[in-house]
Amino acid sequence: MGCLLTRPRYPNEMLAQMDSLGVGSLSIVILTGMFTGMVLALQSAASLDVFGARPYVGRLVCVSMVRELGPVLTALMVTGRVGSGMAAELGSMVVTQQIDALRVLGTDPMRKLVAPRIVAGVIMVPVLTVLSDMLGIFGAGLISIFNLKLSWEYYWRSVGNALGVNDVVMGLVKPVAFGFILATVGCYMGLATKGGTQGVGVSTTRSVVVASVLILASDFFMTKILLIVFPVV
Amino acid sequence: MSEIFRKIEEATRDATERVTGSVAELLGVPPQPEAPTPERALDAPVVSFRDVHLSFDRPILRGVSFDLYPGATKVVLGGSGSGKTTILRLILGLLQPDAGSIRVDGVEIERMAEEELRHVRLKIGMVFQEGALFDSLSVADNVGYRLLEDGEPDATIEQRVGEMLGFVGLGQHAGKSPSELSGGQRRRVAVARALAARPEIMLYDEPTTGLDPITATTITDLIVKVRDLDGVTSILVTHQLRDAFNVARTFVRRDGDDFGFERIEDLKILAGTEFLMLREGRVCFEGTPHELLSSSDVYIREFLS
Repeated sequence: MGCLLTRPRYPNEMLAQMDSLGVGSLSIVILTGMFTGMVLALQSAASLDVFGARPYVGRLVCVSMVRELGPVLTALMVTGRVGSGMAAELGSMVVTQQIDALRVLGTDPMRKLVAPRIVAGVIMVPVLTVLSDMLGIFGAGLISIFNLKLSWEYYWRSVGNALGVNDVVMGLVKPVAFGFILATVGCYMGLATKGGTQGVGVSTTRSVVVASVLILASDFFMTKILLIVFPVV
Repeated sequence: MSEIFRKIEEATRDATERVTGSVAELLGVPPQPEAPTPERALDAPVVSFRDVHLSFDRPILRGVSFDLYPGATKVVLGGSGSGKTTILRLILGLLQPDAGSIRVDGVEIERMAEEELRHVRLKIGMVFQEGALFDSLSVADNVGYRLLEDGEPDATIEQRVGEMLGFVGLGQHAGKSPSELSGGQRRRVAVARALAARPEIMLYDEPTTGLDPITATTITDLIVKVRDLDGVTSILVTHQLRDAFNVARTFVRRDGDDFGFERIEDLKILAGTEFLMLREGRVCFEGTPHELLSSSDVYIREFLS
């Protein structure tokens, strides 16, 4: 926190990280969100048909995407792509003594390397999540219309009726925490690298595993708390 | 109109500083420390170790003591794992000793916080074993890194980078990436980067390891140039005896704008370079090159053979 409030700050480094984490992850987030929404529509329609409730597909997909699947899947995909990259990059800098060189040249690696990555994670993961949610709902809409034979208007009306303030809050609070977790774990594992190039591989793998488990575990606890604060009516 | 813009800019900067300062105060962020004031007399040691101990899973240094005086060069010799590089890391504050005292430019550094150490490190230039150049930056940006961090104007940085790359003979490689350079060129860029901010002390960590003898000589010549032309105090860590003696025997004499290398074969008359040998974390020899060659110690004889 002190790194963000006191000088020197590295705004260019922050922008570069936001570009790498946000713009660089667009393609995988678009594909993941879209296909998740489409699969969710197919699966939920199969289950809802048993009760003759196919028209509720939009409502079900929308709530599932915004509350859970959008934030969690986006965070896991970004962890795989960017969190591992952070650990590998910082780990390589450790084993080639570049981190020591930074310190010797008067630069605090926490300010120069860690703080911009955490800021990028906290800002860009929510943005990517919103995009993933939108594309998931859109993908499910395509399946509902062309495969499940629901009307376009009816689908979007059920989506609109399903979304409440508590869904939006839950869908936006979680990715902020997930962004913080994946960036912090990636940086920590990278900077804690020991044992040469083999150690870089170990740190990279460990960062993905630890961040993924922490994201899923924190999702449970955040859901529990948010359901108490914002109960489903 | 420009005066108005200048005043607006100043007012915005002051307000930002005040707000950031207040928030930092509220959150308990410690204020930036002042630079420690040196207490060193002019003829006192620039670097001083007193009974320094350090252990990890095994003892690394066991009671190491030595002094490095202004303008002198200390060559630290020893086998692998004898604690040579650890000495440099301790001087830079990258490691903290378990016991003992380390003074750099008259200031005790062994219990200093990271922010305070920054002021000490600004006086030191370090050349890492493999160069440790930043892969993401060009050669010129690597050399000018510290000046850029210090907020120097672009024109000053460009001029100094040009001077330094010229000094190490790599002026034509400024725009290249470090990965495009050979091992020897990377070390020379590392020397240029360390020298760019005009350090008072230079530390070299095995700068010739893995280089062929001719390239190694270009590096040792560079070390000699830094010592004799700029008068920089230095510590050279190496296990290459040939390079250690090269540094001790070679001198640079300035002749107007030119300079020339001079090699002295008679070790007895050499001055300015002192050898220190480590064995299993202890100082087993400290003296002149001639005294090292005359030593009857079994380990030293074996090391020299």
